Amino acid sequence: MSDGQEVVSVLERDAAQISGSNSISDYLRDYWKRVRSGDLGSLPIIFGLIVIAFIFQSLNQNYLTPRNFVNLIVQMAGITTIAIGVVYVLLLGEIDLSISYVSAVAAVFMTMRLRPPDGWPWFAGLLSALIFAAIIGIIQGLIITRFRLPSFVVTLAGFLVWNGVVLILIGSGGTVILQDPLIIGIANSFLPAMWGWIAAFATIAFFAGTRVSGWRSRRKRGVSSTPPLMLTLQLLGLAVAILAVVYVANQDRGVPFVGLLLLIFLAGFTFLAERTQFGRYVYAIGGNTEAARRAGIQVDRIRVMVFMISSIMAGAGGIILASRLRSVDTAAGGGSLMLNSIAAAVIGGTSLFGGSGRVISAFLGALVIASVENGMGLLGLSAGVKFVITGLVLLLAVLVDAISRRGRVRSGAA
Amino acid sequence: MAEEPILKLKGVSKSFGAVQALYRVDFHARQGEVMALVGDNGAGKSTLIKGIAGIYPFDEGKIFFDGKEVRIHNPREASQLGIEVVYQDLALADNLDVVANMFLGRELIQRPWRLDEAAMEHKALEILESLAVTTVRSVRQPVAELSGGQRQSIAVAKAVMWNSKVVILDEPTAALGVAQTRQVLDLVRRLADNGLAVILISHNLHDIFEVADRITVLRLGQKVKEFVAAETNQQEVVHAITAGALEQVPGMVKHE
Repeated sequence: MSDGQEVVSVLERDAAQISGSNSISDYLRDYWKRVRSGDLGSLPIIFGLIVIAFIFQSLNQNYLTPRNFVNLIVQMAGITTIAIGVVYVLLLGEIDLSISYVSAVAAVFMTMRLRPPDGWPWFAGLLSALIFAAIIGIIQGLIITRFRLPSFVVTLAGFLVWNGVVLILIGSGGTVILQDPLIIGIANSFLPAMWGWIAAFATIAFFAGTRVSGWRSRRKRGVSSTPPLMLTLQLLGLAVAILAVVYVANQDRGVPFVGLLLLIFLAGFTFLAERTQFGRYVYAIGGNTEAARRAGIQVDRIRVMVFMISSIMAGAGGIILASRLRSVDTAAGGGSLMLNSIAAAVIGGTSLFGGSGRVISAFLGALVIASVENGMGLLGLSAGVKFVITGLVLLLAVLVDAISRRGRVRSGAA
Repeated sequence: MAEEPILKLKGVSKSFGAVQALYRVDFHARQGEVMALVGDNGAGKSTLIKGIAGIYPFDEGKIFFDGKEVRIHNPREASQLGIEVVYQDLALADNLDVVANMFLGRELIQRPWRLDEAAMEHKALEILESLAVTTVRSVRQPVAELSGGQRQSIAVAKAVMWNSKVVILDEPTAALGVAQTRQVLDLVRRLADNGLAVILISHNLHDIFEVADRITVLRLGQKVKEFVAAETNQQEVVHAITAGALEQVPGMVKHE
């Protein structure tokens, strides 16, 4: 123990005055101050979703119905899953353009393992496809880090290569039918009403348990913690939201199984990003690579792992999309899948420049995109109009972010 | 206060190709003292501290740490000895909060993978308190929101919180205003008073006379003079920086 350390223990005192807010009014004042200084968090997107719902509902009475709500969850599942991986890549300040065709490769690979002559059981097919995707991600990551190439170029090459591989694998047939009932069930099965409620209460209990135990340990240590009333309100809000989702879904076919899967993905990857050393390093590298390197972080290893996560999530998303269509064809991974997945992360609030964003933004952004597409589908608008509107929504989201950032700079906080 | 210097360099030299960046320099730093390192651009200050920090080893000469001869091949070995460098460009990640930055690369982990945020925040508060860095509103605010002086203080706190014995500060006040310079200089003084050996590199003689106990002057890669701050004045130091007597004239044939 050095002299400096001894002084530390001598001077050990209640440090609450610099650990920040502890009463609810302080908490709310801090929050309002952050909002006013331009740190809007998820506010614009929630406002945007309300506006979208209002517009489409006024144009078509079928928009805000249990049936359409359940459809929406199924429609957004694939792109949300892919966008979760995109969030990690963007946090590093990198990009992965290969996601759409990696998702297709994984889906084709799995489908071909499941059908004769291979005839693998569903879990082997699923697992091998995800491992295949992981290997693709590792290879791309290694090329990017070893040869110091821009991820944009390497994954653009990947985009072309994996597109080609999809066409080669499918061959002249054009379509490969998916027959395994369990794999089809991923996107086409719904929890019975009772199971929906059980899942809801289990989820609420899980979040309440982790939040409260975290709060307790912070309280015990005497470091800043959310005021108890605020914590209670937050948990109540979450409980109401989850119960409402289950209630509405139960009016129709019930909670889609993919909905539960999405929840698990979002919770797991949020934990990885915000509560583990790995996640901390991802943010640090995105914020200041040199600082991360000097802190002894193995920057290249983390980067390769992030490209692996991106490919695995792309593969998982591809399998969900294939399950929904009950087949894969030569168009898999095409269209606007790649751009929509990246747009989802960005609309949700993840910065393209690294170091800033949250996993939940994948969900929020995908929800916006799927809501707009779903609404325009109900109105019977053409594909051209859909692209124009989605593009404008993306532009609007980035504009709101840029303007709020300018507010932050003005208030000296950036 | 230890009588024997914790860090002692004897006759260290370093050349880059034909350029002799350091020539037989003796240098030392004592616990509880601030040793200022001054010299004009190209005098060899950076080369000297980079050698101590293990970024590139000296060509010849000996390093004694705590009385024992040591070799420092890389930055990791330097930090294992207890030598930390706070670089001019800070090496903080703007997007992370104060706690995350202070523990970057050495996070406390709760079984099995969870970061122990409560313990880290607690320890960070202790360290900042002990260094009297109390102007930070919350240790949970991103470093981007801090002033230059606060950022410098956090960078220093981060460097000294791991049982370090020698801390090297490279131009810590270069980009700061008057009040913030004050803040950082106070911190530098406190580090020494807490028993650390502080090596301070600065161009600002005013700052140096305010906090330093001793001043080593380098000129053209050689040590020309070592002053005790209390027994000298700015004129003498400036004279040493610009016209101090050299043992070896550049271009002269080196003889052993």
